[in-house]
Amino acid sequence: MKNQSVTNNIDWICIIIYSALVLMGWLNIYSSSLASMDGTSEKQLIFIALTIPLIFIVLSVDGKFYEKYASIIFGISLLTLAGLFVFGKTIAGQRCWYGFGSFTIQPSEFAKAATALALAKYLSDTQINLKEVNRQIQALAIVFLPVLLILPQPDPGSALIYSVFIIVLYREGLPSWYVWTGFITILLFVLTLILEPQYVILIALTTLIIVHFKSRLSDRNILLSGILFALMSGFVLSVNYVFENIFKQHHRDRFNILLGKTVDLKGIGYNTNQSEIAIGSGGWLGKGFLEGTQTKGGFVPEQHTDYIFTTVGEEWGFVGSLVVITLFVGLFLRIIYLAERQKTKFSRVYGYCVAGILFIHFFVNIAMVAGIFPTIGVPLPFFSYGGSGLWGFTILLFIFIKMDANKVNEW
Amino acid sequence: MRKLLLPSLIIVAASLLVIRIFYLQVIDDSFKLKSDNNAIKIKYDYPERGYIYDRNGKLLVANQASYDIMVIPRELKNTDTLEFCQLLNITKEDFIKKIEKAKIYSPRLPSVFLPQLNKSEFAAFQEKIRKFEGFYFQKRSLRDYEVDSGANIFGFITQVNEKLVAKNPYYNSGDLIGRQGVEESYEDILRGIKGVKYIQKDKYNREIGSFKEGRYDTIAVQGEDINLTIDAELQKYGEELMINKRGGIVAIEPKTGEILALVTAPSYDPSILVGRQRSKNYTKLYHDSIAKPLYDRGLLAEYPPGSPFKILTGLVALQEGVVNEQTTFMCNHGFAYAPGRFQRCHCGGGPRDLHVGIYKSCNAYFSNVYLRTIGKYKSSPYAVDVWSNHIKSFGLGQFMGYDLPTGKKGKAPTSKTYKKMYPDWGWSGKTIISNAIGQGEVLMTPIQLANMMAAVANEGYYYTPHIIKKIEGKKIDTKFTTKHVTTIDKKYFKPMISGLFDVYNLGTAAGLRVEGIDICGKTGTAENFAKIDGKRVQLKDHSIFVAFAPKDNPKIAIAILVENGGFGATIAGPIASLMIEKYLRKKITRTDLETRILNTSLQAQYAKLGGLSEDIKLELRKNDSILKSKTVIPKIKIDSTKEN
Repeated sequence: MKNQSVTNNIDWICIIIYSALVLMGWLNIYSSSLASMDGTSEKQLIFIALTIPLIFIVLSVDGKFYEKYASIIFGISLLTLAGLFVFGKTIAGQRCWYGFGSFTIQPSEFAKAATALALAKYLSDTQINLKEVNRQIQALAIVFLPVLLILPQPDPGSALIYSVFIIVLYREGLPSWYVWTGFITILLFVLTLILEPQYVILIALTTLIIVHFKSRLSDRNILLSGILFALMSGFVLSVNYVFENIFKQHHRDRFNILLGKTVDLKGIGYNTNQSEIAIGSGGWLGKGFLEGTQTKGGFVPEQHTDYIFTTVGEEWGFVGSLVVITLFVGLFLRIIYLAERQKTKFSRVYGYCVAGILFIHFFVNIAMVAGIFPTIGVPLPFFSYGGSGLWGFTILLFIFIKMDANKVNEW
Repeated sequence: MRKLLLPSLIIVAASLLVIRIFYLQVIDDSFKLKSDNNAIKIKYDYPERGYIYDRNGKLLVANQASYDIMVIPRELKNTDTLEFCQLLNITKEDFIKKIEKAKIYSPRLPSVFLPQLNKSEFAAFQEKIRKFEGFYFQKRSLRDYEVDSGANIFGFITQVNEKLVAKNPYYNSGDLIGRQGVEESYEDILRGIKGVKYIQKDKYNREIGSFKEGRYDTIAVQGEDINLTIDAELQKYGEELMINKRGGIVAIEPKTGEILALVTAPSYDPSILVGRQRSKNYTKLYHDSIAKPLYDRGLLAEYPPGSPFKILTGLVALQEGVVNEQTTFMCNHGFAYAPGRFQRCHCGGGPRDLHVGIYKSCNAYFSNVYLRTIGKYKSSPYAVDVWSNHIKSFGLGQFMGYDLPTGKKGKAPTSKTYKKMYPDWGWSGKTIISNAIGQGEVLMTPIQLANMMAAVANEGYYYTPHIIKKIEGKKIDTKFTTKHVTTIDKKYFKPMISGLFDVYNLGTAAGLRVEGIDICGKTGTAENFAKIDGKRVQLKDHSIFVAFAPKDNPKIAIAILVENGGFGATIAGPIASLMIEKYLRKKITRTDLETRILNTSLQAQYAKLGGLSEDIKLELRKNDSILKSKTVIPKIKIDSTKEN
């Protein structure tokens, strides 16, 4: 069975959803850039066309290649990130790109796939037990190395993506308190911004007391509860301090808009307000393809990149938005389903990473556009304009499709 | 279990997004109604402003139609500039400048190209407007003044400024709003509520009907008419008497606190602040910092009141029981109140009791009375505060709460005032003796003087002065129908009023009597100095007069201030007599006084101050240019007053 074609055994459900998303993405880019006539949609068409040879290359490579060379791919990826500090091109204050004439490449878009490969490779060793603290540190180091290189660019959006690897590690045995800590931290953070710190501390205390008395007698530990309470109180109090003293004004503004504390619709609140208006004006069925008045008027900034979902909302309405969200959710669940049935730990972990990475992009992007998440630059996978993003996500996904296609032949 | 975390997270997060988007798209309509929503056009329907009538129902301010020419730069197409400019009577440079300005504001939103055209200016353009794509017009209603007086009372209409637009959600950029006068204080009532129509547009910017069958549209609410307490005839007469003079007149009906006339001079014809010349004219008025035509002297001019304040000095002393009607002091052409300190008096000298003291305006008498008042208590600070409370009960040292948007508090000094002035040494009644004759730290505005006279006429109470008589279908603010009782007992007013009556019979205003009307009054004079080119020069005194009439059952209380008018009885006094006669009889028998006052011009005096020497109002009516000969503006400082 050596002379199989590249399309043998590939998961057509993933491919169809992928193709549908890319096509819909392009239609919306076409619509949102129609007024400006700067060749945006034509360029994106070229990017899309170029994914076809890219996919063939990814699928042609031997399935074992990715596992074998995962560490090297990761290493190269780290080097390209580090190289930005020297050779990077600065656009809008962010040093995230390599420039080749008018063409730019964003290495952080490819680093996600590389990190996923490295993590999968590390965990595939059967000796690895994530219950051990040493192993936990090593696994987290793989995740945080690229974050350390991306944060100072500065690109907080891309860095945020890497938090999803915690969930992957949890699936592979990371103690649950990591997830709980992350969850409670985020909860406390948001609550502190909305309420006064003393109320949040009161809520935390009440919850702890309830948990304490609800748990079995043997599990009760006054000391642990006390320490937890002290930590939470300290965190809540320091959030206020960090928010007021360490955050820059534009960071504060982004949170304040979200919490409804600042209403400056012409200044910092403009993006969010305009994207809410665009989505909100769509109604049930939307205004129809190329009929979006907000879209046509060019009111939403960056509409073809991070705000592409506003076009979906305005022109295709709630039904269209629902279709897009359903397609995404379907893709994620399909990938997870495929990952769970992988025979090797390597491909299972990698598949999990793919689902996680795509999901967190999807959620952060649409949540931001719909005004329930701070403004942060994260593209919508397969939808947003940009070659690096599209190719990065395509490679990420198709490496997994290749692994999945390969599994049958491994015996 | 660990397998379930990511899938559950995905389902929960996606549901959250769906709920949020459902909310935005289906439930919450507010995003669709926002003005920056390009798909919905918001059209406002501006109601007509309410009319303004005088106390007798005479129409003072109505409305006229006017037209704003609007432009949307993006929609401009091959405009025939030459014809366009000819129709609107503008130059080509003007045209280009205005289009550029509109483009800078926004290429796709409408801006005002040419505001406030009247019917005849607009008529020719209206026929051809279809030829000029990108232009359209917006009908507005503008004020139409039926009288040429009362500009300070009415205020004017102007475009709302951006600060208020940000603060008050009712107003949009470009809306009109009342400024100054009753247009400002009764803005909410006069303007009504504008209607809003939401119109759905397609992507070609065409209107395709009302949004959601007009569910969110509102109907405009007409502005309500108001009646002022002003007597238009009296107001006009007062302004005529003040031509070629500077100053203010405030007349109040004592029984109600209604303001019968509120004159400031110089003033201007209110109609010059309407129409295309509005901003040009306003700039001229605004920049005239000497004659200050926009400065309402009746409400804002704070001066030491001078002799009229002796009325309060006397009343407080009677109330405090330190003197009675018979108490007599000797006037030696003045009063040596401390070693080496002598206060001069021009009353002629001799024994003075309250009655004679008032009508002869004897400084020595009132200084003695004041020393006793302050000397009544061991502690001078305490005594000053007692005195201060008495005079405050006449409305001194406070804004009083009348319904006009400008005002000054004046000053009613307390022990604190003097603690600040003399921090290092003890002070007594002698230190602050100038207060006895209204020359000390007390400051009053003409409306406070008029209100004081109203309280005297009423023998111990007043109503907060106000200018609103009736609001269509509504009651006026109850604070204008609440009696303010002074701290002086009714019985002490009788002797004071008889003294004020004899000011006209035997005293300083004997030449100003009007046959058949019993007037009570008091003259006053305020010395003033100006620094002209660095030198301190004494200018002619400000002429002050307060009065009420008739003596029994008073119908009008009045205060007059004429800047640099000289002795109180020469200009301010005659004006008071004429105003009172005009109001009570509707015709003038003292034509000799009338002729003299109408012919009196103080322009020569004012010319010394620099700036403008002509009366703004007359000038503006004639040739619309007042700033031709503007010179360096010297600073004017009022130093002290002089009694008479």
